[in-house]
Amino acid sequence: MFIMWKIIYRAFLLFISLTILTGVCYPLAVTGLARLCFPSQSNGSFIRHQGKVIGSALVGQDFQTVKYFHGRPSAANYDVLASGGSNLSATNRQLIKTVTERINIVRKENGLPADCSIPGDLVTASASGLDPNISPESALLQIPRIAKARKLPNATIRQLIQKHTEYPFLRLFGVSRVNVLQLNLALDSLKIGG
Amino acid sequence: MTMDIVQMALILVFTLGLAWPLGYYIARVFRGEQTWMDPLGRPMERLLYRMAAIDPEQEMDWKHYAFALLAFNIFGIIALFILQRIQGILPFNPQHFGAVPGALAFNTAISFVTNTNWQAYSGESTLSYLTSALGLTVQNFVSAATGIAVVIALIRGITRKTCRSIGNFWVDLTRSIIWILLPLSLVLAVVLTSQGVIQNFHHYVTVQTLAGKVQTLPMGPVASQEAIKEIGTNGGGFFNANSSHPFENPSPFTNLLEIVALLLIPVALTFTFGHMVGDRRQGQVILGAMLLLFLVGLGVAYWSEAAGNPQIAALGISGPTSMEGKEVRFGIAGSVLFASATSATSCGAVNTMHDSLTPLGGFIPMFQIMLGEVIFGGVGAGLYSILIFVILAVFIVGLMVGRTPEYLGKKIESAEIKMAVLGIVIPSALILVGSAIAAVTRAGLASITNPGPHGLSQILYAFSSAAGNNGSAFAGLNANTLFYNLLLALAMFFGRFGVILPVLAIAGSMASKKIIPGGPGTFQTRGVLFVGVLLGTILIIGALTFFPALALGPIIEHLLMNAGKTF
Repeated sequence: MFIMWKIIYRAFLLFISLTILTGVCYPLAVTGLARLCFPSQSNGSFIRHQGKVIGSALVGQDFQTVKYFHGRPSAANYDVLASGGSNLSATNRQLIKTVTERINIVRKENGLPADCSIPGDLVTASASGLDPNISPESALLQIPRIAKARKLPNATIRQLIQKHTEYPFLRLFGVSRVNVLQLNLALDSLKIGG
Repeated sequence: MTMDIVQMALILVFTLGLAWPLGYYIARVFRGEQTWMDPLGRPMERLLYRMAAIDPEQEMDWKHYAFALLAFNIFGIIALFILQRIQGILPFNPQHFGAVPGALAFNTAISFVTNTNWQAYSGESTLSYLTSALGLTVQNFVSAATGIAVVIALIRGITRKTCRSIGNFWVDLTRSIIWILLPLSLVLAVVLTSQGVIQNFHHYVTVQTLAGKVQTLPMGPVASQEAIKEIGTNGGGFFNANSSHPFENPSPFTNLLEIVALLLIPVALTFTFGHMVGDRRQGQVILGAMLLLFLVGLGVAYWSEAAGNPQIAALGISGPTSMEGKEVRFGIAGSVLFASATSATSCGAVNTMHDSLTPLGGFIPMFQIMLGEVIFGGVGAGLYSILIFVILAVFIVGLMVGRTPEYLGKKIESAEIKMAVLGIVIPSALILVGSAIAAVTRAGLASITNPGPHGLSQILYAFSSAAGNNGSAFAGLNANTLFYNLLLALAMFFGRFGVILPVLAIAGSMASKKIIPGGPGTFQTRGVLFVGVLLGTILIIGALTFFPALALGPIIEHLLMNAGKTF
């Protein structure tokens, strides 16, 4: 019996000691190193626009107006405090219905014919609800709409997309993509410049 | 397609290349040999023993070892439960979150102590920074270390002869953390922050977006938790969206790192096993069986996701048709490999919403979990679980040839077989009985969000994930209810300790035996033939146990999807 109590006593003491090591020292060490080596990244990779923080380069934002590139549909409506996906299953009627509606909207907004196929990422909800990216195809498809709204030549916007296309890591891992927020920021600065 | 296969293959090769030396290093750590960490590790270790009044030289028999392990883990459950309940009055709570509701706190406490890390909670709107760091992160370390300790004790049981003791739990736990988990996590965490994983204790930041809307960005010590979450195959996210969240997994590079990190220690331990039993082939045979199962599963899952959803394709889609619940930056390959790896290793972190995977793409993760997390498996847990199957396979062969079965010179007798069977039956029963209860009660059915066969899949996945200590989910299932919080907590608890205790009993019983030198009649456990026998045992048991349930869930859903049916 005595040995049992001794084990319980040691379990308690070791638990406290390891809590200090892994729950206090370790997170603080990482925080210190992160702040020292990568201050901007560890604080959220914020983007400033006209002196104000307008968001994080990594987190998607909601764009609905004609003059901006639209991102992916979000089950969280880009509310970062409600991150997550739709969790609709492949055989859920609701999924088919929602995607059909989105395809129709995309075709209508961009003046595309009814048989024009749409990139999958532009009409499906992301995993996090905060996907900052779309595929280059999804961006290219929106050129005519934005060109018209901003009275810019198509070629200018195409160049902008090319400039903002991120390639796979080492050209191997992941896929080519465009950051919607940064692309839209670039669009806005075009207007100021030109 | 080719690029997808190349990148998946490269990540696996990279993992094996890192795991090989790490496995050797882990063996040195537990043999007490010199390592490069010693100048830092030894003083830390001595300090911890002094603080906890521990004599590192004192060995334990299996019952003391098991009692120490249980006592330590139960303190963990109590402490984490209390911490969540009183977080409202504690510091480092910039968003002023109140106490976590009782049933949810109970579920989360068990979830993290058992290395499951099932997420009934939603981190960014429930838990304070203090709870995350002092509660969740601590359990990420100690639960992983518990797994390593158990498998090291089992290896000692196999290699020692006529001996009662199987090691000292305090030492195994402490050394796992100081020599293995802490340095790996520290390096990974800092590399992750370089890519944009956040690490701070700031208030949440509210901004006006470019389009003039309001967006609140949560902050917090994410990288430190993210790193050990993968290294320790824990999987509980800082945020609700887990590793699909841009602040947890911002780029294809971090995705690669996280996949490698979650596979690393489970793969390395097979090499450790070979070193510690003095025959590397024994470890390679086990790794070979794991890899074979993994590659077949990965192939099926990738094929299914790449083929996509025919009904979405029919709407006029170009490119992948299975992007629902996936992130653009990872692509199909980065998503499928993550899903396969996280379910094989009992990590349970997700970068893709598994609920939205195609039926067979979701079937593979579920089946890998059901097999008992033996394909790499959790840190430590994977190796001790597959060793149970090894013992069973050796026994079956022994029956066939009519000789007393032996493994590594140890006779396998009724005591070991009884315990091995317990270690397999307990988690299987928890999955099937739990799912059955949920499928016939109103409280169980009310949480289903996808109609048709997928509804059953949601329930099956939840109980598999809990009993297998995985932690990933078909997350549409509303698991934050009294029914699921309590039932899944029980499944997690018994799924963890209902395997650990039989394993330690096997360790104790094997340690007490003599080592008999192998003769010409001894069945060799170091060749391709044994890989086949082992795979056969795992698959026959897994298929017989779960095929009826799986046929009613993902398999029929796959057939119906291709037949154009929706629900």
